[in-house]
Amino acid sequence: METPIKKMNTTSKANERIAIAVIWAAAIFVLALLVSIIVHILFNGLPYITWEFLTQIPRNMGRDGGVSSTIVGTFLITIVAIAIALPMGIGTAFYLAEYTRENIVTKIIRFSAESLAGIPSIVYGLFGFIFFVISLDLGWSILSGGLTLALMILPTIIRTSEEAIRAVPVVFREVSYSLGATKFQTIFKAVFPSAMRGIVNGTILSIGRCVAETAAVILTAGSALRMPSSLSSPTRTMAVHFYILAREGISMENAYGTAALIMIIIFLINIVANTIVNRFIAKSR
Amino acid sequence: MSNDSIQTATEIKLKMNKVDLHYGAFKALSNVSMDIQRNSITAFIGPSGCGKSSLLRIFNRMNDLIPIARVDGEVFLDDLSIYDKSTDVTYLRTKIGMVFQKPNVFPTSIYDNLVIGPKKHGIKHKIDLDDIVERCLDQVALWGETKDILQKPAQSLTPGDQQRLCIARALAIEPDVILMDESCSALDPVSTAKVEELMMELQEKYTIIIVTHNMEQALRVSDYCAFMMINPERAGELVEYSLTVDMFSNPTDQRTEDYITGRFG
Repeated sequence: METPIKKMNTTSKANERIAIAVIWAAAIFVLALLVSIIVHILFNGLPYITWEFLTQIPRNMGRDGGVSSTIVGTFLITIVAIAIALPMGIGTAFYLAEYTRENIVTKIIRFSAESLAGIPSIVYGLFGFIFFVISLDLGWSILSGGLTLALMILPTIIRTSEEAIRAVPVVFREVSYSLGATKFQTIFKAVFPSAMRGIVNGTILSIGRCVAETAAVILTAGSALRMPSSLSSPTRTMAVHFYILAREGISMENAYGTAALIMIIIFLINIVANTIVNRFIAKSR
Repeated sequence: MSNDSIQTATEIKLKMNKVDLHYGAFKALSNVSMDIQRNSITAFIGPSGCGKSSLLRIFNRMNDLIPIARVDGEVFLDDLSIYDKSTDVTYLRTKIGMVFQKPNVFPTSIYDNLVIGPKKHGIKHKIDLDDIVERCLDQVALWGETKDILQKPAQSLTPGDQQRLCIARALAIEPDVILMDESCSALDPVSTAKVEELMMELQEKYTIIIVTHNMEQALRVSDYCAFMMINPERAGELVEYSLTVDMFSNPTDQRTEDYITGRFG
């Protein structure tokens, strides 16, 4: 006859096995899904990525030629968005984490940021169209698109930066103060370097969203195929280009090529940003 | 409270007069008065939660970092009223250095850990900074081991050496007073012995206050000893403050005797 303890052991062992099987199955399923998407797009897209595809502007609505102007447009819009959202977002995060106690103002900021994070991007696009394009008369332009995307990624940057700042051990702040540092010196010499990794992760995430965004930019930057000549030029980002090519059945070949290119660029941005941060951290270690 | 032996001593470096510490409505320290002698080692002992660390942090105003903390009473560094509105707290903290419980080096090189303080106070030239690094490492007897690896990560040192580096970092801002908040409690016995030896050497130039749970340590290194306990209102108070030899051989208060003979705490 089995003792109750032995019985419990066999059941918990069985549970353990089931749990492991479920967890592995979930992980493998997700991995397989992601890999099949990536493989599908690269398989269909890579053959079209040639030197001409990268360097020529689109002709015949994108049926022929390359995507060079959309690459430039994508980069410019992303740079504008990050250049505006990063300082504002990090500044807000430091304000929330270091310069104020929990009060009604911080609650409003946090509530607004969280609400903004959940809004569909088409709503940002509509707002950007009404406010930047029409009211401020910036027209369909890289500037309007970049400003709209800046608003869209701001909540992400604020939240990831604030979390990174709060994760810095209190002792670093204490040591810094005990050495006679001011608050500003403490934040920039003791807190910021340690929070850097998290802030950069949030930034990479935001860059990815900018590069991949369609709805918000199509309404604010337009869909011009010309090579942009200034920040007030209208432009078409790669994601918008892909959308139009596929949606209007212009060229599935070039649509796949563009999609593969977007993936590769986001991948490269990740690698480059991580390398820079690792080098910076290695230097300071 | 036996203060007689202290009154006769030479020179007062730090002075507390009827100090209360509140965290919000909670009274953490009640009516503490004490004089700390120049170039002495003073140990704060007492059971956990009696307010030793809070008392220590009153001297360099680290309690300022806690928004609800409030200090009443008078605290002096020489003639400087520490809690006066006109007192520059960053200047104060350059005069009163602090070493913490864990060896909390910054995740940078040994060299950068040492110059972070001096740089904040406007010392820019590499020659001056190199001098400071050598002087401070020499003072904590680390120069020989580290002079060739100054650019290595500080975190690659052993915990004991890291703690000595933290002491060197505190010395780099040329303080008069060094506060050590249980600075040996995370160290092994050999490293502890080295740090204790160092304290006694530093005593020539600095006034040192340590918080310790280790009564043998208090007995080994300190000249004066302050025994603290929680009073019936849950606030920490100074029970007895005297020469260490007197306290351990002939405590005047029954509570002190109970604590140091290990009857509670």
